[in-house]
Amino acid sequence: MAPLSDIKSPERAGASTDDAEARAQTTPVSKSALAVGIVMILVFVGVVGIIAASFFSAVPEISWPSFLVDSSTTLEKLGLMTFVVLLFVGVMALLLFMVDSRKRVPNWTVAIAFVGPALAALLLGLIWPGVSTIIQSFYGRSPWSDPERSEFVGFDNFATLFTTSEFQVVLRNTMIWVILVPLVAVGLGLLYAVLIDRTRGEAVSKGLIFLPMAISLVGASIIWRFIYEYRAPARPQIGLANQILIWLGLDPYQFLLNSPWNTVFLIVVMVWIQTGFAMTIISAAIKAIPDDIIEAARLDGVSGLRMFRYVTIPSIRPALLVVWVTITMTTLKVFDIVRTMTGGNFQTSVVANEFYTQSFRQFDFGLGAALAVLLFVIVIPVVVYQVRQLRLSEDIR
Amino acid sequence: MATVRFDKATRIYPGADSPSVDKLDIDIADGEFLVLVGPSGCGKSTSLRMLAGLEEVNEGKIWIGDRDVTNLSPKDRDVAMVFQNYALYPHMTVADNMGFALKIAGVDKSEIRRRVEEAAKILDLEPYLERKPKALSGGQRQRVAMGRAIVRSPQVFLMDEPLSNLDAKLRVQTRTQIASLQRRLGVTTVYVTHDQVEAMTMGDRIALLKDGILQQVASPREMYDKPANVFVAGFIGSPAMNLLSVPVTQDGAKFGTHRLDIGRDELANAGSKVVVGVRPEDVEVRTDNDGLEIEVDVIEELGADAYVYGSPVSKDIHLEGSDEEGERPFIARVDGRNVPRKGEHIFVFPKPQHIHAFNQETGARLI
Repeated sequence: MAPLSDIKSPERAGASTDDAEARAQTTPVSKSALAVGIVMILVFVGVVGIIAASFFSAVPEISWPSFLVDSSTTLEKLGLMTFVVLLFVGVMALLLFMVDSRKRVPNWTVAIAFVGPALAALLLGLIWPGVSTIIQSFYGRSPWSDPERSEFVGFDNFATLFTTSEFQVVLRNTMIWVILVPLVAVGLGLLYAVLIDRTRGEAVSKGLIFLPMAISLVGASIIWRFIYEYRAPARPQIGLANQILIWLGLDPYQFLLNSPWNTVFLIVVMVWIQTGFAMTIISAAIKAIPDDIIEAARLDGVSGLRMFRYVTIPSIRPALLVVWVTITMTTLKVFDIVRTMTGGNFQTSVVANEFYTQSFRQFDFGLGAALAVLLFVIVIPVVVYQVRQLRLSEDIR
Repeated sequence: MATVRFDKATRIYPGADSPSVDKLDIDIADGEFLVLVGPSGCGKSTSLRMLAGLEEVNEGKIWIGDRDVTNLSPKDRDVAMVFQNYALYPHMTVADNMGFALKIAGVDKSEIRRRVEEAAKILDLEPYLERKPKALSGGQRQRVAMGRAIVRSPQVFLMDEPLSNLDAKLRVQTRTQIASLQRRLGVTTVYVTHDQVEAMTMGDRIALLKDGILQQVASPREMYDKPANVFVAGFIGSPAMNLLSVPVTQDGAKFGTHRLDIGRDELANAGSKVVVGVRPEDVEVRTDNDGLEIEVDVIEELGADAYVYGSPVSKDIHLEGSDEEGERPFIARVDGRNVPRKGEHIFVFPKPQHIHAFNQETGARLI
């Protein structure tokens, strides 16, 4: 890394470095760097505030001014505000002093000033909860941070997950979701994108398929719950699906009750939403294939299905991969649909839903954390695979 | 190997008023290297794509050998094409790119390998066979595109401006390589370019198109010496031919004070004016008040020769092709050791045996 003053003001290399005021005025680079710095400092102050607050409340025996620990009255709140503002000004002043000081600032200080806040935020918002969850997954029902009640149970939570039939169903369902949703959504999206490519009214056909993406998962679930709605055969049906069965001369069916097919009917909702996404990305990729490659292939003697196999598919492979992995990850985390449509009953629960149920309805934090960790472990290979494949396909283009 | 025949082949794009290629008639001999040349939008690429089967033929027919290919799909025509951007398959190695057509045709693997290696040897591509196109330079990609065509040993090679993405030096080298390769393989080749130098140096014959209409098909020499009309005269040759509209008198045409002997019969139907063309190297430069008076604007020294760029002193005389954007200069090649000064007035007229004359109205060649 070059000395800071060199980065900031290359155009002033010859000017006297004693003139600190002139430096601040004549170097646009240092101004934009300051702007970035200020934003980072704001983040930093927020983080520091959170740390400070937890610190104050965590160490009660020291007699902190009461407004810092628990500000309930207006005066105390004002006091806290003043304190934070002063803290901010102090940090700002320190940083400005460092930036503007005539002495060369050591590289590590600059590095920490820029990277530090981001690292702190990552540490606090991602790594710490992650580690905490992993630790929790080895403890019993109660929060592990409460030493009075919690006990270390080792891998018991995981053993429960893999051996209890109730949880085996959850794992089985998740597997069905993760295999079926990307497969069907990408398959349908690809088929649709190829069929409507360069037809009349392409924009309209695309819009129709893409529309479900605009609906929230909960909204979509409610729509589909109506579609699957069951009424006894004697009564008039209000659900579209069962009405169609009636028209076909069949008996109405309990779509959401009968396992294991009810999981498939939930999956239909996800596919309905994700197909539009897959189609849009794939269609764009198909349009990006250069015309002359298609023409060269025609001269080489390929057409129809062989064109699809030898030219279209390899050309859009990176897009297919991105879509596949994105949908897989969305599917692994699926919660809203299951929660809204069946609440995880009737053997339709999946890992994310079960995690919620165990943690916040059964208050078995250990088991909930174990489910979250399991989800995390399943997602890792998918992400690794995606990164590796994308790197491979970058070699081609 | 085969002959190629365009028989009044016409292409009208949907919604267009006039045809992009209008009744194209060309006979290409077996093993011939024909260059289609013309300014952009003249229909040269469209003609090539009609031959390839990538563009529909609305009227007329196209023959390869004794097969009518007008309505055949591209793969059934037995032609191979080299594209301007090479159109290599990015996901295949060089070897797979070159052998793809054979693979599709169901040729046996060892045979494909043999033919690919043979072509790679000709094109110096052997070290690169397992690479992806991305890892190749522009020149190497160009050669792979050539190789892809050669491997198929088709009846006709089609090349659509294959050199336009190379830098100037490589372009000149590759130009020679392609021409000699074509002679060696003896495959009938149709080559599209907008560069008249490429056309002159590579082609056995040149076909010059303008606005979808064929202007002239001839050998480079004939094209240069006897351009069929004003357009051909102005397009072929660098620097371009000087073209001036001059009045017709009883016994010839007046070129400034100089009388050009053009012949009574030729001038009979020409009207009161003819367009006289003279190539820069065929200009006689005098200082004795005989000919057209020119004021020298710029001198380009080339060593042995020098080009004189000037403008007619008389404001009534304009070079053809002049418009609001600017007068075209009169260009004369002079001996490098005897160059007029800038601003000097010189008198020019064509050397008698190298006069081109064209009808003022139709542009057709008179002599």
